Amino acid sequence: MSVEKIIFYVFAAILIASASLVVTTRNSVRATLFLVLCFVCSAILWMLLEAEFLAISLVLVYVGAVMVLFLFVVMMLDVDYAALKSGFVRFLPLALVVAGLVFAAIYSIVSSVHFGLEAYATPAAHPAEYSNIKELGMLIYTDYFYPFELAAVLLLVAIVAAISLTFRGSRERKVQKPEWQVAVNRADRVQLVKMAAVKKEQAAPASDAASE
Amino acid sequence: MPMLPELFLLAAACAILLIDLYVGDEKRTLTYGLAQLSLVATFVLNLQNFGAAREVLYHGMFVVDGMATLLKAGMLAVMALVLMFSRDYINQRSFHRGEYYILALFASLGMLVMVSGYSFLTIYLGLELLSLSLYAMVAMRRDSTDGPEAAMKYFVMGALASGLLLYGMSMIYGVTGSIQITEVQAKAVEILAAHPDKAALLTFGAIFLVAGIAFKLGAVPFHMWVPDVYHGAPTSVSALVSSAPKIAVFGMAMRLLPETLNSVLAQWQLLLTILCMLSIVIGNVSAVAQSNIKRMLAFSGIAHIGYFLLGLLSGTAQGYSAAMFYILVYALMSVAGFGMILVMTRAGFECESIDDFKGLWKRSPWHALMMMFIMMSMAGVPPLVGFWPKLEVIRAVLDSGLPHAVWLAAIAVLFAVVGAWYYLRVVKAIFFDEGEAPELQTAGDLRLAFSIAGLSMLVLGLMPGPLLALCAAVFAS
Repeated sequence: MSVEKIIFYVFAAILIASASLVVTTRNSVRATLFLVLCFVCSAILWMLLEAEFLAISLVLVYVGAVMVLFLFVVMMLDVDYAALKSGFVRFLPLALVVAGLVFAAIYSIVSSVHFGLEAYATPAAHPAEYSNIKELGMLIYTDYFYPFELAAVLLLVAIVAAISLTFRGSRERKVQKPEWQVAVNRADRVQLVKMAAVKKEQAAPASDAASE
Repeated sequence: MPMLPELFLLAAACAILLIDLYVGDEKRTLTYGLAQLSLVATFVLNLQNFGAAREVLYHGMFVVDGMATLLKAGMLAVMALVLMFSRDYINQRSFHRGEYYILALFASLGMLVMVSGYSFLTIYLGLELLSLSLYAMVAMRRDSTDGPEAAMKYFVMGALASGLLLYGMSMIYGVTGSIQITEVQAKAVEILAAHPDKAALLTFGAIFLVAGIAFKLGAVPFHMWVPDVYHGAPTSVSALVSSAPKIAVFGMAMRLLPETLNSVLAQWQLLLTILCMLSIVIGNVSAVAQSNIKRMLAFSGIAHIGYFLLGLLSGTAQGYSAAMFYILVYALMSVAGFGMILVMTRAGFECESIDDFKGLWKRSPWHALMMMFIMMSMAGVPPLVGFWPKLEVIRAVLDSGLPHAVWLAAIAVLFAVVGAWYYLRVVKAIFFDEGEAPELQTAGDLRLAFSIAGLSMLVLGLMPGPLLALCAAVFAS
């Protein structure tokens, strides 16, 4: 067994184990940390596929940035885990049957008969100086420029949608208008109200009425 | 330049986003006007592609052909009508109005990209652009509890549908080694000739593609989200969700099924037959039981999707053009149907129940007449427009030579009669029931849009020829 194969099996096993722990563990902070482990393992699997750039960006972007933010959110929110898990046992048999059927269907198709090494030969390894990023860049900015631009529009829509759904503040910009400030008269701001003298026990309601 | 409509719409949406930020007034009149203007301009720019030869451009990512051009024209017209219906409705309610129009424009852009996509990647990105905008629009009305709940449901279901679609695409990529439709099609034929046992792989992919498409169309058994979303969403957004996106999904279905996987035609035909029959039966029967008009329209939409699938499953050029005719007419009818509710609403009052229409005939005879046109058209009563596409799809399925064609047609006709019952119930409420339908208090342009929609039912019904000819010409070659 070659070294690559050993690495693949070890990290694939960790990946599957941590992925199932993400959905089964009770503590959501732990679930998030297991998700981080998932990403790290899949980054290593990508590394085996010679997709170094993708592997590194997965670690940097997802593990380094997105998951940390996610961890903050999970720690701040008070999620009712009991309510989330309710119905889990009730639906488990049905879910297992459906999952079993789907697995059987997928297994019968994606088995070694159709997708074995005979059908798909091992691709030739690239030389050491082969640059992943350069190839990716060439493809993105030439052949795939249209989907690339579309993905950018998609992000813009996500920003617009997120802001429109969460922004609750005032929509008006607050500006000073100097000409209005200068033009202010005493009569606009101050009003003198003539009041009759009142006795002390009636003072409270009378002053209320006056201040209105 | 064939991509000009998309480019213009993108530029216009970005410009309006900035303009709205700086000069938006309280009622967002300028934003609304600019949004309408850009839809009209995109429509005009799209006209130049009419009659142009089919071209696959930009490294096989983008296609312009008769189908894409006609569908784009239909979608832009429907979107303009939807915005006309929306303006007054959202002005009366606490919406963040600027974003409403901007997201509607981005949704339109997504639809244009979808019907012109010629690679799995661009089709998927177009679909996501459309869906993301729609999720946000459904959730926009935050002072109601129904809106965000419907949006959540729509989001989860939509994400599941996208997942199924992507799974199907990845399966087909695994077999053929390409995501570009021309290449996939050629490779699929080649592989089936060499290894007939690999048909199972393509079929497996097709199953997931059909499931994803059925989710987006709202065909039974992938329809559970439809009534809840149409009911919970603001009515003007329901009008949007139920109309133009269906046209775009038709474009996507045409690209993914007949154009990509014609080599496993019989297999997806069978799947579509099941979806079609279930939708017609369950849609019509469930609609009978509804007293909420939005839910009734949702189930009637499911039934309409069933009839539309009747054309698609025929697998012939005649069937595809009938399906195209059906979906264009359905989009118009659906906007008109929700427009009916929008005309009845006013500040602080949502028209929800069929009972709210009682006695409208005495208050507002013109609008009552328009509503009768719309309901009768949905029921498929000649001479209104809804009759013709039903006739066309049934003719197409009878001519298709499918083994059970006669049964399919018989069930379709039978349940069209069931369908007529619940549409007539609305007409009965409007004309014959005693009730105090209040004075209509909606703005002039909304009523104008409603009159346009209502009259188009009659005009298109009396003269279905031109639209029918356009649809037939697309698939003639």
